[in-house]
Amino acid sequence: MPQITYRKALNDAFVEEILRDENVIIMGEEVAEYNGAYKVTEGLWKRFGDRRIIDTPISEAAFVGLGVGAAMMGLRPVIEMMFWSFIFVAYDQLVNNAGFIRYMSGGLINIPMVVRGPANGGTNVGATHSHTPENMLANIPGLKVVCPATAYDAKGLMKTAIRDNDTVCVMENTLLYNEKWEVPEEEYTIPLGVADIKREGTDISFIAFGRAVLTCLKAAEILQQKHGINAEVLDLRSIRPLDEDSILRTVSKTHRAVVVEENKPFCGIGAQIAATIQEKAFDELDAPVLRVSALDAPAIYSPPIEKLQLPTPERVIKRALEIL
Amino acid sequence: MTNTGNLTSQPQQQPPSPPHAPSRSIAPSKNYAQDPVNQSLTNDQKVEFLSQMYRIRRFEQAALRYYNQGKMGGFLHLYIGQESIAVATVSVLTENDHIITAYRDHGHALAVGMTMNECMAELFGKRTGCSKGKGGSMHFFAPDKRFWGGHGIVAGQTPLGLGIAFALKYRGIRGACFTFLGDGAVNQGVFSESLNLASLWNIPVIFVIENNLYSMGTSLRRSSAIRSCLAQRAEGFNMPWDTVDGANFYEVRSKLAAALSRAHEESRPTLLEIFTYRHYGHSVADANAKKYRSEEEIELYKQYHDPIRHWQNTLLEEGVITAEDAEEIDRAAKQEAADSAAFAEASDYPSLDELFDDVYWEIDNKTPTSKYGRYFFGDDVPQRFLNQDHNVS
Repeated sequence: MPQITYRKALNDAFVEEILRDENVIIMGEEVAEYNGAYKVTEGLWKRFGDRRIIDTPISEAAFVGLGVGAAMMGLRPVIEMMFWSFIFVAYDQLVNNAGFIRYMSGGLINIPMVVRGPANGGTNVGATHSHTPENMLANIPGLKVVCPATAYDAKGLMKTAIRDNDTVCVMENTLLYNEKWEVPEEEYTIPLGVADIKREGTDISFIAFGRAVLTCLKAAEILQQKHGINAEVLDLRSIRPLDEDSILRTVSKTHRAVVVEENKPFCGIGAQIAATIQEKAFDELDAPVLRVSALDAPAIYSPPIEKLQLPTPERVIKRALEIL
Repeated sequence: MTNTGNLTSQPQQQPPSPPHAPSRSIAPSKNYAQDPVNQSLTNDQKVEFLSQMYRIRRFEQAALRYYNQGKMGGFLHLYIGQESIAVATVSVLTENDHIITAYRDHGHALAVGMTMNECMAELFGKRTGCSKGKGGSMHFFAPDKRFWGGHGIVAGQTPLGLGIAFALKYRGIRGACFTFLGDGAVNQGVFSESLNLASLWNIPVIFVIENNLYSMGTSLRRSSAIRSCLAQRAEGFNMPWDTVDGANFYEVRSKLAAALSRAHEESRPTLLEIFTYRHYGHSVADANAKKYRSEEEIELYKQYHDPIRHWQNTLLEEGVITAEDAEEIDRAAKQEAADSAAFAEASDYPSLDELFDDVYWEIDNKTPTSKYGRYFFGDDVPQRFLNQDHNVS
């Protein structure tokens, strides 16, 4: 199976969906002539032209809102946020319009839109450009949120997101764009709401999503080599819908869990998962559910310190050893 | 009917001048009645417009009575005084033209053909409402009638109208979207962004500012740096614009039709500002409706700038209707409104379980993939929305 980058996997997903469905358009800042700020849309404008690949002025609120209006009419806009950090100037459009119009119309209107882009820290761009708003958006009934960790998942989830009849927020990661994974050449999709066991184990469960999955995989290898501990890594992939079954299944298998995320801890996804486990699998637990997250301050600029602000394999191992 | 006045009486003096200094007419003639778009009207159509305006007014007055009786919650933003705008707009639409508006949406909803029953039931929070009791006063929708809401956040609908028109253009459909907003909405950033995109991309959208002089309790003079004219802001975006007297039904039609023609023929946007006045407060809960403006001002506008009074007098002068006809039209509207309230009263509220419907398409349509993952959270989610496959043993 060929190895391709996370970036190329996304790009391939766009090409396939643009060719499949006349209603799919891509819109955002620098997505066309510039080939994308992070080159995720590279080559698309040259291949598909102005009609399908559309550069916008820096007006996130207007072009996210335009996407909602076009989606109400049946188009399937894929709207790029150069950074998910910029969604805050378009928050009303995403939450009140994309999120709630279906409900407030009694189900008469659908908003089949994708909003996508990188949502990550770790690139020394300061607090304004390092937001990970998956918890905020997953808090909105009506929106869906997915956070792919690998090229395979990025492509399969993106294709499903574009075909979904509700608005899906796809949160990518600039630190993963150049990473390579095996991706089959034949077409595939991945349903939203299905978690994936990225590493089988028996002693403890690391539950994570996005780049934190890779951190957990590294931690698991070290635990195996240095401590003889066999950790299972569950990649949620989708935050809403959430694969609660897989969470409860891995906990009932290993009886110990650490939830790992690159978001801040307060009201984070980890809190939701921990609450779910204690409520529904309390008797399965041999130890408290622990959490590893970004350290709870705005993303710091200082490069060596920001590395430590995000979850590291060492911090995951340290927490794991507390309950083993 | 002390709150409606005798609409058949003739004004005794000239109405106050609209507070517009500049005007750049886009209509072919100042004699709007002679505009071909108005010349072609039949008497039946003219009577229908009057009837539609009466329907909106009597519907809302009925709604107000039931609101005050505690039959509905939340806000009730009345359109009374502005009826000509929604009715004139619908009168110029062609088959692929669309409408979207803000939270003062009852008039537009009735004008596009939504029934009083479904609208009143929505206000009562009943299952038979247009949004099944889930949207309320500010969130009426009828996509089958090309009416896309009903939006609660000031100016939040402006890029949506742009997107609707974008989709028409993308598909090569000859159509446009009338996107309504109030005078308060012009100060929101997203509106300026939308104007820029509309002009930059030649989108067939018509932004219509219904300028009723007050954004809630803040007068135009306290909210806009350009006080004399809001539509003039279009010049900053290389967009045609015009101002309109909302009480002159022929003029409203003329200028809407001119803008629509520009959208259809040239795929160019227009910004219209229609001078109008709301007789009631921002919402019913607006206890200060008579504090930020004088009683005299309200009375003056009711007497001299009421679109129903003006249109009715026009039809009387033209000999299209008699005073008795007008009374019959009014009576029918009142009866329809009363009947709608009875319908709403007799309807059921949605069930608690229905709270979870209409959130996600997958769930509502019970698709195979809807069984993956959990969509709703908390201990009160009904069983039918939960995946029952928790294999914890």
